[in-house]
Amino acid sequence: MTEQPIPASPVEADLEFMKALQDKGPQKPPRSQWRDVWDQFRKHKGALFGGGFLIFITLAVIFGPYLWDIDAKKLDIRNKNWRPIYTLLWDGDAKAGWIHPFGTDQLGRDILAQMLFGGRVSMAVGWMAMALALIIGTAVGVLSGFFKRLDFWLMRFTDLILSLPILPLVLLAVTLFGQPLRAQFGPEGGMFILIVSVISLTSWMQTARIVRGDILALKEREFILAARSIGTTPGKIIRRHLLPNVISPIMVSATLGLATAIITESALSFLGVGFPSDFPTWGKQLADAVDRMQEFPERVMLPGIAISLTVLAVNYLGDGLRDALDPRIRGR
Amino acid sequence: MLTFTIRRLLLSIPTLLFISLVIFLLLQLAPGDPMAQVPLTVPPEVKEKMREALGLGQPIHIQYWKWLVQVFWIEPQVFIDYLTNRSALFSWLPDTAFSEGKLRVISWQTRSPVMDIVIQRMPQTLWVVGLAYIVGIVIAIPIGIYSAYRHYSVFDQAGTFVTMVGFSIPPFFTGPLLIVIFSVYLGWLPSIYDTTHVVNDWESFKVQFMQMIMPVMVLALQTTAQISRYMRGAMLDNLNQDYVRTARAKGLKESVVVMVHVLRNSMIPVVTVIALGMPAIFGGAIITENVFKVNGIGQLLLTALRANDLPMVMTLTFIFAILIVLFNLIADILYGLLDPRIRYD
Repeated sequence: MTEQPIPASPVEADLEFMKALQDKGPQKPPRSQWRDVWDQFRKHKGALFGGGFLIFITLAVIFGPYLWDIDAKKLDIRNKNWRPIYTLLWDGDAKAGWIHPFGTDQLGRDILAQMLFGGRVSMAVGWMAMALALIIGTAVGVLSGFFKRLDFWLMRFTDLILSLPILPLVLLAVTLFGQPLRAQFGPEGGMFILIVSVISLTSWMQTARIVRGDILALKEREFILAARSIGTTPGKIIRRHLLPNVISPIMVSATLGLATAIITESALSFLGVGFPSDFPTWGKQLADAVDRMQEFPERVMLPGIAISLTVLAVNYLGDGLRDALDPRIRGR
Repeated sequence: MLTFTIRRLLLSIPTLLFISLVIFLLLQLAPGDPMAQVPLTVPPEVKEKMREALGLGQPIHIQYWKWLVQVFWIEPQVFIDYLTNRSALFSWLPDTAFSEGKLRVISWQTRSPVMDIVIQRMPQTLWVVGLAYIVGIVIAIPIGIYSAYRHYSVFDQAGTFVTMVGFSIPPFFTGPLLIVIFSVYLGWLPSIYDTTHVVNDWESFKVQFMQMIMPVMVLALQTTAQISRYMRGAMLDNLNQDYVRTARAKGLKESVVVMVHVLRNSMIPVVTVIALGMPAIFGGAIITENVFKVNGIGQLLLTALRANDLPMVMTLTFIFAILIVLFNLIADILYGLLDPRIRYD
């Protein structure tokens, strides 16, 4: 402070200041919002890992069964109870080999093929249930936030659904309605429809509440008033002005929804009320292996680790997205 | 505050009625037939009589009304009778016989009153779930406090990672995993929870303690993960507030600042989360009870579902609903009591 160089004359100094203050053009090229979001997201190592792993596992379960084209349901009783390839590291005589890298189960079905196929089912249930829950939740949230007449009743309804005991009810619905839907759409298709709809119908409430809160705040802002004053219809306001602004809370609750859906589906399979018994999913593989986990611990570990890692990845992704999409945290 | 409590209590009655109606209609719409197990040799008119004996012949609204009467009117009477006749606390009161000759909710599996079975099963669930919740809270709160106080330290990073993992691993994986490690390889703990075990001396207490460790820890892991995250968040919000700087400027000791000023303010949201999480852990207990073969109410629900025992399923689901509504109410009231800034009027 004290040792500032004294300028030759005040006028000259002012001129220099003015020169420094004049900008010929913008200093930095303009940055889009999504670029900022990506930069913040990249800083969160866990989220980066989570997103990467989620993409990897999704691609693996989509394309894996084409590359590893052993039928997951094919019985090969002569080659039953193979151990995974890594048991050869400490036990040279183990029944293991590259034909079945993860081993085979008690009926000789290839475990790697089962994992890929089961993952396909689990991920499909997860993505579908999440998407449906998001659509319902966003619709309810937007409607009750935007239209005052609907608000009271829709929110009371949401509160009522929130106080339902979810897991018992899901168990109930899947057990009781499984039979007719199986008759209608086949054993696998019927169960898929049932599980997806039951999970999504019981998990949209948080999204609806968050979206409603945000819409209520946004609705009073000037840009909505401006849109209204030029005669924009409510439907257009919602689509053009409100929905793009609530995309970040929706994305965060999407990750939470995906994690819950995967866990709920696996829990249902674990409790034995999910898909038919010869239809592998991660939860079912785990449940089937529990009885013989003393001899074959890997059959519990592999699907368990798959479920846990996927859910962990999704949760980290959600954490990172929450930080990246929040403009108050971004840039810190 | 009192008017708010009363209003919320009154509001919870229609909520519970609505929930019971939803469960009832779900069960009614379901195509399962309780007579499906009856052999085909039984003539149809006998089958019809059996249906009527189960109360299935009547229209839906009458069935629903009868169930309501049984649960809300006759069961409390049974309870009062029990209190005045047999309980240790109130047996000095004159014996009552309100419920004599009245029909209670009867299970189709055992032909005995549903409530009696539920009361037999309740202690197991309450012990495991309640203990797990307390253990979870006791572990979670110090972790949350310390990792917020040392923000971005190694402990914080590790704690966040561990809670994230605990949050993500489902109980039906941690359960078998712990069984493999501690029962199979190490042989330290029993893998099955023996509910007939009676505690009467130190040895039997030790056995009881050993068999409770695993189910309690599996359930507690979920609670710990969730609550320590909330605790950390709430502490972080409060540590940068002006009143903390004031307290430090006054020369208060760091321990007083953190443990009294900040902690008390951070506990407000955490206490509500603790109350709200209670029903969820009962739901999680369904899976844990299944893994460790605890014959609590979760396991009862599963067996009743498989046996198509509709009155039992209906009553149990309704008990879960009551728990949720009750703890929501408690959370709201606690929030108002703890935080004087919240006014519900």
